[in-house]
Amino acid sequence: MATEHKPSITFHPEPRNLPGGEREYMMDVSTSDLEVNMGPQHPATHGVMKILIRTDGELVTAAQPHLGFLHRCAEKIGENVEWLQYLPYTDRYDYLASMNNNLGYSMAVEKLLDVEIPQRAVMLRMICVELNRIASALVAFGTYGLDLGAITPFLYAFREREWLLMIFEKICGARLTYSYLRIGGVFNDAPPGWLEEVSHFCDVFEEKWQEYYDLLMVNHIFVKRTADIGVITKEQALDFGLTGPMLRGSGVDFDLRRDVPYLRYKEAYDAGAWKVPVGSGEKGTVGDCWDRIFVRVQEMMESLSLVRWCLENIEEGPIIGDIAKTLKVPPGEAYVGIENPRGELGHYAVSDGGKVAVRCRVRGPSFCNLAILEDIMPGTLLGDAVAIIGSTDVVIGETDR
Amino acid sequence: MAALPIALNAAQAALEVASSEGGNLTLDLLKQYAPESVPAWILPLTAAAVSVGIVVAVIALLALTSVWLERKVSGHIQCRYGPMYAGGWHGWAQSIADGIKLLMKEDMIPLGADRALFVIAPALVLGAIFGAFVAMPLSPDFFFADLHLGAFFILGMSSLTTIGVVMAGWASNSKWSLYGAMREAAQVVAYEIPLGLSLMVPLIVAGTFNLLDASAGQSDWWGMGWYIFKNPFVLPAGLLFFVSSLAETKRAPFDLPEAESELVAGFLTEYSGIRWSFFFMEEYAAMYLMSLMAAVFFLGGFESPFLHFAKAAELPVIVCNLIAAVTLITKSMIGVIVMMWVRWTLPRVRIDQVMTMGYKYLTPLALLCVLGAALWEAGKVLIFE
Repeated sequence: MATEHKPSITFHPEPRNLPGGEREYMMDVSTSDLEVNMGPQHPATHGVMKILIRTDGELVTAAQPHLGFLHRCAEKIGENVEWLQYLPYTDRYDYLASMNNNLGYSMAVEKLLDVEIPQRAVMLRMICVELNRIASALVAFGTYGLDLGAITPFLYAFREREWLLMIFEKICGARLTYSYLRIGGVFNDAPPGWLEEVSHFCDVFEEKWQEYYDLLMVNHIFVKRTADIGVITKEQALDFGLTGPMLRGSGVDFDLRRDVPYLRYKEAYDAGAWKVPVGSGEKGTVGDCWDRIFVRVQEMMESLSLVRWCLENIEEGPIIGDIAKTLKVPPGEAYVGIENPRGELGHYAVSDGGKVAVRCRVRGPSFCNLAILEDIMPGTLLGDAVAIIGSTDVVIGETDR
Repeated sequence: MAALPIALNAAQAALEVASSEGGNLTLDLLKQYAPESVPAWILPLTAAAVSVGIVVAVIALLALTSVWLERKVSGHIQCRYGPMYAGGWHGWAQSIADGIKLLMKEDMIPLGADRALFVIAPALVLGAIFGAFVAMPLSPDFFFADLHLGAFFILGMSSLTTIGVVMAGWASNSKWSLYGAMREAAQVVAYEIPLGLSLMVPLIVAGTFNLLDASAGQSDWWGMGWYIFKNPFVLPAGLLFFVSSLAETKRAPFDLPEAESELVAGFLTEYSGIRWSFFFMEEYAAMYLMSLMAAVFFLGGFESPFLHFAKAAELPVIVCNLIAAVTLITKSMIGVIVMMWVRWTLPRVRIDQVMTMGYKYLTPLALLCVLGAALWEAGKVLIFE
């Protein structure tokens, strides 16, 4: 992105004839674009990401995300530690949705192992994954408000998230990096009273959700700042391989939980326990920032009804299948994609029958969704640029891994 | 470094004091008690210096209080407590502790910055806003400069802060600071017009630029003869004034020059320590200034039924003054709290929306209010006299 040098003022000695018969003398004041490093230390990039933007005054004329500041060699580590030992590393890519990451990796290994997961473990997995999805959406919602200058919704969102983290702490002892979903099941059974507390949380959260909606989603300034901004058309979304709320915000009805079913999502969907929210252009155009963020906000409620369905259908039983301490995985390869709060989280594992994976690759949704920034940011204002970055809801731990 | 503008203000105030007939309280006291050997020209200068000292002290105190108040208000809006530890009772000493911390910090000037401008900018900003307070009476009989063009002087001085902000943004040699400075310049140019125009409306009703006279003009109807009740166009003008003053003082939702999430910290990006706190103090002082202006010209100034009945009961002058001062501070405090409430509730508007709002809506509406108020007053004269 080099700028060529232009003289600052050029005169056109020839006058221009206007239709009214007047003559106009022209002078071009060429302003040079300003290249700004937005990041790696910037409040709007949600972590150590750099976006090199070129601006003409307030207008963004080009944008280029630069990644890699948080690279921790997660995939390479996967080829050097035992199957079970890699699980805690999965917590760290998308640290806001660790339960989902655990699930993705466990399912990939389970596919190679061909082990049967006990029913109670499946239900506990679903409850935790969905609660984690709510917690993650709360951060997305809160920080989006923060990006647009509304500070209070962030703290409201964190008030409920705090309770969720306490619920997680009760079941697995950790607040952020859970490693709770293990290969073959889950690590710990729900302690006494835990399921009741989750049920109580669902009731309270339903009321609080309305607060978020009233305080931020339908706020006039918020709507003005996000509607019709950063529009991603259906075609664009499909071309760039967007997944998750970014894709659904553009009006594509696709959710891995329903369309490539795993766990018992399909059963719950058929029972009418949840729907797939899709962007409808309610406040502006289909696929604008408002649609994307509203898909996330609606997903909180869908996850809540899923949790309720799980609480109704959970039964007693073992929580983990027959898994050896030192795991030897049969030779083969497996790819499992699951619906992470940010999109499709794919794990590709290759085994030669040993204790250590031969290949362990990750398809991170934040990374894939980020590619579209270069296309939708030019032509917006600096304030919109922040709104667009926020609406992609990236977690830098996952883009860089 | 704040000494230079403050000294200039002192000189300004001295000139005003020397030229005004009524004088001020400090000058009266000095005249009364000074020994006769003291040359006469020293007295106004001394009075000005003392007055400026009192203004600085009072405003610094008010700013510190409102910093604390903002934290408490934001805390309670956000389901938190805010400061609870420093000083004991509800963390009342938190601002003082912060001030000491800021004083202790390393004084940093970034490489490549324009040192002179970088140093002058915070002093200019703070000096200008303190200078504006010289024209602000604290009670009907306690004031430092009873200016005939008080409202004009205050608006002028508060506009000076913009130059300081632009200076700071330019001198910092940082792209984010430059953005902040340019936004401030554009925003203030757009909002000075509706601010001034909306203030014209009560000025038309009052018929004076003098703050004391304007306040005294609202003493009828048992102290409830506020301009917002006297003319139907003053209330909308007051709302316009409030919105414009939010933009003028860079408060959310118009905090674009700072725009934390967009411009890191805007023009403040390179500032730290006590220089940064100068800008911070200026923001709170400006909030107070605008709220005081609103209180004087829209909400009755010193006048309230309390003052009316205190005067009717012929209470001592000092008690009446105290009641008047408390009334004015309370009214402006309400304005300040509303500003805080707005800040902690609303998202930030975008720069083009700020411009659109200023030029396309607020300015024509303010003009309409001026026109309406003028016609109303003219009609009153024609019909009743």
